[in-house]
Amino acid sequence: MTVSPPLAPLTPSADRLTWRTALRRLVPANRKARVGLAIIGVYVLVAAVGPWIVQSLMGLSPTELTGDVLQSPSGAHPLGTTQDGSDVLAQLVVGTRTSLLVGALAAVVSTTLSVAVGLIGGYYGGTVDSVLGALTNAFLVLPGLPLVIVLAGYLRGRGGPFAVALVIGLTGWAWGARSKRVQTLSLRGRDFVVGARLLGESNLRIMLVEVLPNLLPVISATLMLSLVTSILAVSGLDFLGIGDLNSVSWGTMLYFAQQRQAMVAGAWWWFVPPGVAITVLGAAAGLVNFGIDELTNPRLRGAGGKAAKTRKPRKKGVR
Amino acid sequence: MTPEPHPSSRTPADSEPAPVLEAVDVTVHYPVHHGPRGETVHALENASLRLRPGRTVALVGESGSGKSTFARTLALAQEPTSGSILLHGEPASARGRRARRAYARRVQMVLQDPFGSLNPLHRVRYLLERPLRLHGSVTGREDVEQRLRALLERVRLTPPERFLDAFPHELSGGQRQRVAIARALAVQPEVLLGDELVSMLDVSIRLEILNLLAALRDEEHLAMLYITHDIAGARYFTDEIAVMYAGEIVEYGTAEDVTQTPAHPYTRLLLDSTPDPDRMEFLAGRTNDVEDTAPDAADDDYGEPPDLVRPPSGCRFHPRCPFARPECSTDRPPRVQVADGHWAHCWLLVQPAAEETRAPSATTPEMTL
Repeated sequence: MTVSPPLAPLTPSADRLTWRTALRRLVPANRKARVGLAIIGVYVLVAAVGPWIVQSLMGLSPTELTGDVLQSPSGAHPLGTTQDGSDVLAQLVVGTRTSLLVGALAAVVSTTLSVAVGLIGGYYGGTVDSVLGALTNAFLVLPGLPLVIVLAGYLRGRGGPFAVALVIGLTGWAWGARSKRVQTLSLRGRDFVVGARLLGESNLRIMLVEVLPNLLPVISATLMLSLVTSILAVSGLDFLGIGDLNSVSWGTMLYFAQQRQAMVAGAWWWFVPPGVAITVLGAAAGLVNFGIDELTNPRLRGAGGKAAKTRKPRKKGVR
Repeated sequence: MTPEPHPSSRTPADSEPAPVLEAVDVTVHYPVHHGPRGETVHALENASLRLRPGRTVALVGESGSGKSTFARTLALAQEPTSGSILLHGEPASARGRRARRAYARRVQMVLQDPFGSLNPLHRVRYLLERPLRLHGSVTGREDVEQRLRALLERVRLTPPERFLDAFPHELSGGQRQRVAIARALAVQPEVLLGDELVSMLDVSIRLEILNLLAALRDEEHLAMLYITHDIAGARYFTDEIAVMYAGEIVEYGTAEDVTQTPAHPYTRLLLDSTPDPDRMEFLAGRTNDVEDTAPDAADDDYGEPPDLVRPPSGCRFHPRCPFARPECSTDRPPRVQVADGHWAHCWLLVQPAAEETRAPSATTPEMTL
C-alpha cells in the first residue's frame, strides 16, 4: 500500500519567492537573460585570469614601449600594436579588468545607496521619506553627465580610476532609489511586516530581514543595469581624457587611439577591439534586462522561450 | 465536530473575572486623504469592550463596520483618537520599542490572511523562533528546539519535524493559520485578538481551527476577541457577542441572548441573512445584486453600507432600518438594557409598543377635550 500523506513531498514550487527561488531567479530561466549572463561571465573570466595569461604566459605588456610601432595583427601581437609599440591585446585584457572593476564598484555604490535611501524612505514614510524623497529628486534633476565631467575633471586622475567610479556611483543612484522606495511601500503594508512590528521586532531588523530579501529580484536587476551604465560612463570619461589616463582601460585605449589618429593611420586593430568589447558588454546587459523584463511582464512572453511561460514571477517594476 | 460551548459562558456579566484588556470609549477617526481638508472617516465611535481570561467575545458586523479597526486599536497598532485601552486597569501604551515589546508579550493578534501574514522567505522554524527569542527568555538551542516542538504540538501540527523546515507556501491555508496562531502563542500572551482568522480558510478547515481556538482558550485561560461576520458561527464559539454597525457597537450580550432574542433590528437582519458559508447563492449574490439573494425577506432592505465620512445622523442604522421612526434620524438612541448583561442602542426599545399606539396616544387627549 502506498500511503502518501498530503504533506510528504514538501517540494518548493518555482512560483513562490523563497530564498532558494530568489537566488535561482538571479539566473533566470529565460534564454535572453542566460545568453546575456553567459557573455558577462566570459568578461568576468577574462578580467580575472586574462592579465595573467597575457602578461606571464604570452609575455605581452600593455604599457611597455617597443620599437614595433603600429603593427597590424600578427603571431607575435595577435591584435597588433599601438603607436607606442604596446600590445593591443594586452591592453584590451588589462583594460577589461580595470573597466569591470571600476564599473562594478560604481554599480555597487549606486545600488547600495539606492537600496538604503529607497528602503529607509519607503519604510519609515513621513518626514524621513519627504527628506529622502527631496534628496532623490534633487539628484534626479541634476544633469548627471555634466556633473560627473566637472567632478572628474576636478579630480584629474587623482585617486585613480576608483575615484571616478565613486563619483559615478554617488551621482547615479536616484532612479534606483525611486523603484526601491515604491517596492518597499507596497511591502510595508503587507501583513507579515505589520505582524513583525506588532511582535516588537526592531525597525532595522524588519527592514533587513523581512523587507530586503523580498526586494532581491529588483535589486539584482538594478545592479545589472547600473553595472553597464557605469562602465559606459567611465569609458566615456576616459575617452574624453578626464579620467585616469595612467590606467589602462577601454576608455583610455580609445582616447589614445583618437589622440594619435589611429583612424587616419588605418590602424583599425587599435580602436575596434575596445569598441567591440564595450558594445558586446552593453548588448549582454541589454539581453539580461530584456530577459528579466519578459520574466516579470507576462505580456512580453511567448517568443521568450519555453521556460519563461511556466513561470509566474510576482515582482514588477524592474528597472 | 461542533465546538463545545464554554461551561461558564452563560453566567451573567457581573460575576465574571476581572478583565485583562479593556477598551473604554474608544474612538478612531482616520483623516481623509483625497477630499476636503479636515474631513475624517468615523471608523470607530465610543466603543467599549472588556476581555476576560478564559472568555471569548465576538465582534460581529458587516465589512466596514469598524471591527478590524477596533482589533487593531486593541493591539495598539492604531492610535485611538480618543478613549483609552486598559491592560489590567492600567492605560496601555506601545510607544517606543520597549513598551511595544512589553505589550506584545501580553496581547497578540492573529491576522486574517495566513497567506500574507507569514513572510514567504522564512521557514516555519524562523517564524516561530523570533517571538521565542524576543519574548520567551530562551536559554539555548536545546531549549528553543524543545519549545518549537511544543508550540507546533499545541496547534496540532504533528509531527513537528515535518513542519519546522517548511516554507509557508508548502503548507495549506489551515496549516499556515495554525503556524500564525502558534506564533502568537509563542509569547504566552494573555489576550489573543483574532481578526477574521478563519474567513480565508476552506469551509472544512474552519471548524477545526475554531475547535483549536476553543481548546487553547480553555487550556491557557486566554482572553480572546474573535472577529467575524458569521454571527451563527460566533454563537457556537464565543461567550459574548458585540454587534457592530458603522463603527458603533449597537448590541451586546451573551451569545445566547443576542442570537436567540436579538434586540436591535440590525442584529435581526444579520441573523436573517445568515451569512452561512455553505450557502453559495449568498456568496455569489454579494458580487451581484444583493437584494435578489433574499427574495424571502422582502422587507429586509439590505441597502448600502453607510458613508463613514458623513455618517447618518441619529441612529446610524436608520436609513436601512425597516422600523425607522422620526426620532431615529435625529437623535442618537440611548443604551437600553434588555436583560442582564444584554443591551442595545435602539429607539424601538425605549417605546417598544409605540409603533402601534403612536397615533392614538398622540391624538386622543385633544379629541376627548
